[in-house]
Amino acid sequence: MYEVIAFYVFAVSTTILFLITAMSKNVLYAMSSLAAGMVMISGFFFLLGADFLGVVQLIVYVGAVMALYAFAMMFFDATKDIKEKHSNPALVFLLGGLMALLFVVMFSVPIIGENVQALYPMHEAAGNAQDVGMVLFTKYLIPFEVAAVMLLVAMIAGIILAGKKMDYSLTECEATDEELIKEIKKEEA
Amino acid sequence: MEIGISHYLILSGILFSIGFVGVLRRKNLLMLFFATEIMLNAVNVAFAAIGNYYGDLSGQMFAFFIIAVAASEVAVGLGLLILLYKKYGSLDLEVISSMKG
Amino acid sequence: MENLVYIALFAPFVGSMFAGLFFARRPRTHLVGIVASALIGVTFITSVILAMHVAEHGAIRVTMMDWISAGDLTIPFGFLIDKVSVTMMVVVSLVSTIVHIYSTGYMDHDKSYNRFFSYLSAFVFSMMILVMSDNFAGLFIGWEGVGVCSWLLVGFWYHKEDKTFEENPSISPSWAANEAFIMNRIADLGMLIGIFLIYWNVGSLQYEVVFAALPHLADGLLVSIAIALFIGAMGKSAQFPLHTWLTDAMEGPTPVSALIHAATMVTAGVFLIIRANPLYGMEAVHGVSMFIASLGAFVAFYAASMALNARDIKRIVALSTLSQLGYMFAAAGLGAYWIALFHLAAHAFFKALLFLGAGNVMHAMDDELDIFKMGGMRNVMRGSYIYMGIASFALAGLPFMAGFYSKDAIIETAFNDGSFIIWGILVITAGMTAFYSFRQVFFTFHGEERYKALGFKPHDMYKYVLVAMAPLALLAITFGWFMDSYKAFVTGKDGLPLYEMSHATHHIAWLLGSLVIALAVTGIVIAYKKYAGKGDNAWKRNEKFEKSFIYKLVANQYYVPHFYDEFIVKPYTMASAKFWEFDKAIVDGSVDLIAKLFYVSGDVSRGMQNGNLSSYLNWMGVGALLLILGAVLTAFVG
Repeated sequence: MYEVIAFYVFAVSTTILFLITAMSKNVLYAMSSLAAGMVMISGFFFLLGADFLGVVQLIVYVGAVMALYAFAMMFFDATKDIKEKHSNPALVFLLGGLMALLFVVMFSVPIIGENVQALYPMHEAAGNAQDVGMVLFTKYLIPFEVAAVMLLVAMIAGIILAGKKMDYSLTECEATDEELIKEIKKEEA
Repeated sequence: MEIGISHYLILSGILFSIGFVGVLRRKNLLMLFFATEIMLNAVNVAFAAIGNYYGDLSGQMFAFFIIAVAASEVAVGLGLLILLYKKYGSLDLEVISSMKG
Repeated sequence: MENLVYIALFAPFVGSMFAGLFFARRPRTHLVGIVASALIGVTFITSVILAMHVAEHGAIRVTMMDWISAGDLTIPFGFLIDKVSVTMMVVVSLVSTIVHIYSTGYMDHDKSYNRFFSYLSAFVFSMMILVMSDNFAGLFIGWEGVGVCSWLLVGFWYHKEDKTFEENPSISPSWAANEAFIMNRIADLGMLIGIFLIYWNVGSLQYEVVFAALPHLADGLLVSIAIALFIGAMGKSAQFPLHTWLTDAMEGPTPVSALIHAATMVTAGVFLIIRANPLYGMEAVHGVSMFIASLGAFVAFYAASMALNARDIKRIVALSTLSQLGYMFAAAGLGAYWIALFHLAAHAFFKALLFLGAGNVMHAMDDELDIFKMGGMRNVMRGSYIYMGIASFALAGLPFMAGFYSKDAIIETAFNDGSFIIWGILVITAGMTAFYSFRQVFFTFHGEERYKALGFKPHDMYKYVLVAMAPLALLAITFGWFMDSYKAFVTGKDGLPLYEMSHATHHIAWLLGSLVIALAVTGIVIAYKKYAGKGDNAWKRNEKFEKSFIYKLVANQYYVPHFYDEFIVKPYTMASAKFWEFDKAIVDGSVDLIAKLFYVSGDVSRGMQNGNLSSYLNWMGVGALLLILGAVLTAFVG
């Protein structure tokens, strides 16, 4: 009973929030609704018994990714309304609808199909986090490590791409403070 | 009535298409990224639902890795976006169309 | 023996290639003429040796190689040296040798000397193929080859410009060459149909196989084949109505006229009829043969009438060739094949001599053709005068000359056959022949020296050329004496059917002969009285007579060329122009349309690459959708 209510609440709110993200003209609104929508998504995960996944979604997606978006938004002018030229709205919605239909058809295969077997079956005895941990660090260890490396690389890339004045190191140079300030002021000019 | 897998899948489909429409419509690069995030999240929901239906942990694992990849993608993408903004002064796709064929 | 056949066949080819490959771009090289003439001389010698061999041992059959071997159709490159073909070989090679030697002198001042010899030797090669082949396909190859070489040679001075019809009825050498070739082509269609009919019903094109199978074919089919093959002969031998090209072909150099349009190419039609004599001798085809004989007689008269008042020296000789061809066809049509062949050989000799003599006169008069401007030239051109005199005597059929025996034989044949109309026409034509040939001789060599007033300074041809022409003169005189031995040779084993005059004709043969001689002598005397006088008796132009209807009718060749131009050439040209429009609009248009389609579609698709990320994403979405759709469909179907 509660499940049904929860599901529909989450579903409706997610849909509305994501619609705002996709349609809104204001960057701030879009971003905020995205963040909220992701919180609702994590609710789904909890409903499905994927506790660990839900927590990870909250921490990583809502906490880290959206924060990243918020920081990035600081660079751009957020007060103005985005003016967008939409050339063919009907076509776009049609495509979207078709895509949805297709996806439903595609994803209904597991329902219809009869030979699907669980590769890594769940154990009810252990909690979800323990289960995930057991599979993650044994069967999925290599992807885990690789993902870690990838995150490292992404972090470095992000720093380099967005960083300023990376040419010289503040700690290793031998200039005095006044010279440094003059350098900085000159660069900023 | 019971919430079966079909509910989740239909929901996932709707969310995906919302994201897809957003990708096609949006002319501002940042908003484009938002729409991409929507798509990724919809797919995550679908994976988790199917995994739950079969009692398989593979679905949740896949969703994990998708989250990891999305995070790194955002990091790099936003860095590039900043550089692009510095170069062109605007994030409108119509303006940044110098690679004409 | 086989090697002799190949030598006889390919020597002219070697000569042609030698001249064409190595000397085509060089200036006049005398070596070319000498080599070409020598090679044709080799052909002549080998032909004579082969003739002697054939006389003793019978026909030689040689197969060089398989040419076409596709399914049921086998056509080899084979050669049949029998009495008929060896006669032709000897005649062709002898006249060709003399003409080649003559050309070394005549074409001496021409800058395309080398090209001339290449073409001339190529012609001899084609004629040899025609004559020596043992199947209809080889004959046709030679047929086409001589047609092409004739086109090349008549149009030898292709750079001469087109003149109007009134100025020069042959318009220009290139026009005349086209006319000759196209008329021959039209006739070749008939010949091809004949060959197809033969192949379709007999299954082979070898002479022996075809002739053996003839009695088993239906009558209607035999008549059709005979008619079709004769149409081909009509084109090559310039019978009415395909005759206008022969007089216009005089635009080519004189050696060409001597070789091609007197002795060899135009006799190819007669050769075809003689070669196919098993067909034309059959009862079922009798009607066609009678038609051939009648047409021959008509053409003989028709051409002689046009020669009566022709002014162009070469045109007179060309018309006399046409007339004598008519005689040959008359003989062949009446079944006297060996007589036709005999006349063919004799005619080749004295006609070539006549042309070469005319060439000498033209050369002396700086290529002036009008006999009204010549006169009294026997004082400066003794040698040519003697030669042309001998040749004209032979042509007129005076006793003891070659023409007497052969022409009289034909006239006797007509009488013997009972076709008195043909006999009458041929007798009258004989009289006309004597008149016009001597008219030309007297105009040129006797009477007042009209050329002096016009400033010409004539001189005779080089001595060696005159010496080279001597064998022809000798043969023109003596060839007739060998008629009986020739008859024995050619109607012997594997030869032509023996045509003997009936007893009744034999009795009055001397009467018939003297009738013809009387007519000929009358003609010569009239010509002498009119044209050979000097001083007070000198010939004067009769302007009034020249304006009379009959004079103009004959002078314009009975307006037949006008008729062809108005009713065939002009409508065809108009139709061609219409078809060209059609071709440009539709054929070219559709090809251009395909190209344009590609261009346009390329231009349109270029719009896809506009650098706009949003549109790229749109396309990506469409593509992804299609792919997923495809996957889903195959998953459901499969």
